[in-house]
This record gives sequence, C-alpha cells and structure tokens, in this order.
Amino acid sequence: MDDNVVNITIIDREGEAHAIEAPTDMNFNLMEIAKASELPVEGTCGGMALCASCHCYVQSDHDLPEATEDEEDMLDQAFFVEDNSRLSCQIPITAEIEGLVVKLAPVDESA
Amino acid sequence: MITTDILIIGAGPCGLFTVFEAGLLKLKCHLIDALPQAGGQLTEIYPKKPIYDIPGYPSVLAGDLVNNLMDQIEPFKPGFTLGERAEKVEKIDDKMYQLTTNKGTQIQAPVICIAGGLGCFEPRKPPIPGIDQFEEKGVEYMVKDPEKFRDKKLLIAGGGDSALDWTIELADVASEVTLIHRRTSFRGALDSVDKVMELAKAKKVNLITEAQAIGVKGNGVLNQVVVKSKNEGEFVKDVDYFVPLFGLTPKLGPIADWGLNITKNAIEVNTFDYSTNVPGIYAVGDINTYPGKLKLILCGFHEGTLMVQSAFKYIYPDAKLSFKYTTVAGVNGFE
Repeated sequence: MDDNVVNITIIDREGEAHAIEAPTDMNFNLMEIAKASELPVEGTCGGMALCASCHCYVQSDHDLPEATEDEEDMLDQAFFVEDNSRLSCQIPITAEIEGLVVKLAPVDESA
Repeated sequence: MITTDILIIGAGPCGLFTVFEAGLLKLKCHLIDALPQAGGQLTEIYPKKPIYDIPGYPSVLAGDLVNNLMDQIEPFKPGFTLGERAEKVEKIDDKMYQLTTNKGTQIQAPVICIAGGLGCFEPRKPPIPGIDQFEEKGVEYMVKDPEKFRDKKLLIAGGGDSALDWTIELADVASEVTLIHRRTSFRGALDSVDKVMELAKAKKVNLITEAQAIGVKGNGVLNQVVVKSKNEGEFVKDVDYFVPLFGLTPKLGPIADWGLNITKNAIEVNTFDYSTNVPGIYAVGDINTYPGKLKLILCGFHEGTLMVQSAFKYIYPDAKLSFKYTTVAGVNGFE
C-alpha cells in the first residue's frame, strides 16, 4: 500500500461495487472522488453541504468525523435517510478511512 | 408585450453582468428568473458565504456580490420578470423570438441568452407513490394565497423555516393544521420554533415529530395522507390539503425542449461566441458546456462579455462596432 493513498469502495445505485484508490494528501472529499471516478453523483452545490445530492450510506464500521449542523440540516431535507446516512462531500479522504465502504443513496428521478 | 434587445433567462451573477456588457454596446436587456428575487444560487442558497475567487475581491459575500452587480447594471435599466419560469420559445419573425412564461407573460427579443445556471429552482417533491396525480388537486408545493386554506384541513410536512412560518400563519386560517417532521428538532429560526411549540401546547395546531408522510389517498382529489410515526405507528389523516415543504432543487425544465444540443443537463456552445446550435440563442455560465468548461462565476462573466459582441453583430449586421474601454468612454447609461 502506498503512503498517502487509501483504498475505498463505493457501491453504485445498481449495486455494483467500485474499488477506488484515493489520495489523502490533496484535501479531497468523498464526493469529489466519486465524481472523479465517473460515478453518478451530482454534487450540485460543489461540496458546501447545501444540496444533499451526494447522499450516501456508510456501510463499513469506520469512525468518521461527526456531522456538522449544516450537514444534519441537509440530511433533514433529503429523502431515503437512514441511520447510516451521510453527505459524502463532508467525508474527508484521510488515512483513517482505509477500507471505507459506502453506498450511493437513491435519487428520486420523478421529482 | 415586453420587447428588448437581449432576453436573458436567469438573473444570477452571469445573467446580471451580461446586462452591463450589453449596455456598453447600447443593447437593452430584460431578465427572467423563476425565483422571486435576482441573484440565482448566490441569493437563494448561499448569500452569507464568502467567495474567494472573484477577481479583485480577496473575499466577498455572495449576497454582497449580487448587490454590487445590481448597482453596476443599474445605469442600463434592465427589466425584470421575477417569479416566472420561461416555458415556450417561438420564432415569430426572421430575427425575432417570443418567449412565454408559465404565467403567460410574453417577451420579444431578437436574441436570447440562457444564463440558467443549474436550472430552474423547483420544490423538492417527496418520493411518495402516486403523489403526482394529486398535484394541484390537494397537494400544493407552495403557498401562494393563504385564503385557499381557509376552513380547510391542512397537513404540512417539513422541518425548516417555510414549514414553521406557514404553520404559524395558517393556524388561524385553516380549520385544522397538522405539522409533521421526520426529526425531533426543527431547523428554522428559534423564534418560529418557539411560536409553533406554543401553538401546539395551546392545541391550535397538531405537532407530530418523528413522523413522515408515506402515502396519499383520494378520489380524483386528495382526501387522506398516510403518516408513519415513530410513536404512533402508521395512521391515516383526513385532509383537504397536503403541503410538503422540503426546500428547492434545480431542474433544467422547459429549456430541455427548445431544440438545443444538451449534454448532461448542460447546453453545448461554440466557444467563439457562446452561441448554441440555434441562431440568436446563446448560453453562458454554469448552464453551458464545452471542452475545458469550468463552472466558475468568473468564467460566466467572460462568456457573457464575448457573447454580447456576437449578439450586436447579429442584431445590427450592417453596423460597425468599435471597441471602447470604460476608462476612455466611461459608462453611459440609458435614460
């Protein structure tokens, strides 16, 4: 394993798991990594916790930084929210998330 | 009938600045926006956030940038049609378009500049099966006229300022108001939260937290909402109206049907002048796409500047355009 790289898994909305290597020394967040990996994450607000389009479910047992009030407010407005819901733009890519597994939350296309 | 030189769809920062550049060439502009105020995403989503990459401003609050732009374009007296969505575009003459909004307002111009950003902000609709069929038949996503709910049974869902404010205002209008929210705490202003708690205590409104609407029922018109509550399980509420207030989300909307080349919800443009595949229609800002596109406000400013040069030549093909600097010519506003 390289220094400064973590291996994470993002499961898309069809259930397919994508194994991704993400650099830890470039201040990326999980939403940016998903978009860079061509996954269908809108990231409409650019990562400001203002849209909830990067909503995901954290399936692995990692200790992530607690959600801020802004993130909680947005999850409040989101749909299909579960106990393990997070905004992926609020999850920083750090060494601590080695092995992270998340699943993209559904988007309601009819809206 | 409103007529202008350039009809700008979208009154966000790029649409606004385009008015300035057009004004320097003595082209008049009229702007449309679905939101009730100018400023686009900046005013609607993040007015208090500092932006660090506007040239000349180490840091500027989004809302302040919009105010500055409004000041900057004031000499060119732009017209605004706010709170209306651009619906239909028709060619009514060789070089004249007519646009109709969802409220029936019509605007004619030879050139249309689409500065629509991420799209039209529309209410976020909860994924409840069948809710579509009751839209305007009991399900309302906006409160336009409180009188509509007089003496009616109303269910409001949401946890933010909108839901709280309308609960408070309609408590005295509706015969019954129920507010449901998925969490135990509300997001809105503390003042409003307190007022709603008081109303609930005085039994003027029913407040059910940790509850969500999961179904709608009715016969042509809505008459019941199925609610799932953490404490009371699933139950049915008799209602005349259901008002889900879950914020706004941007959608491309009718623009998708105007015959423009669209990739991933963005309009393809020629980087020579940001024109689309339809003569006389341009696209600037986040709404366009081209190889190398960056969705930055400053890029939209540049695109609008180049676009108006092309618009001038399109409108006045026989006129000579002389390039003037504002430091030399000043800013000559319209009367």
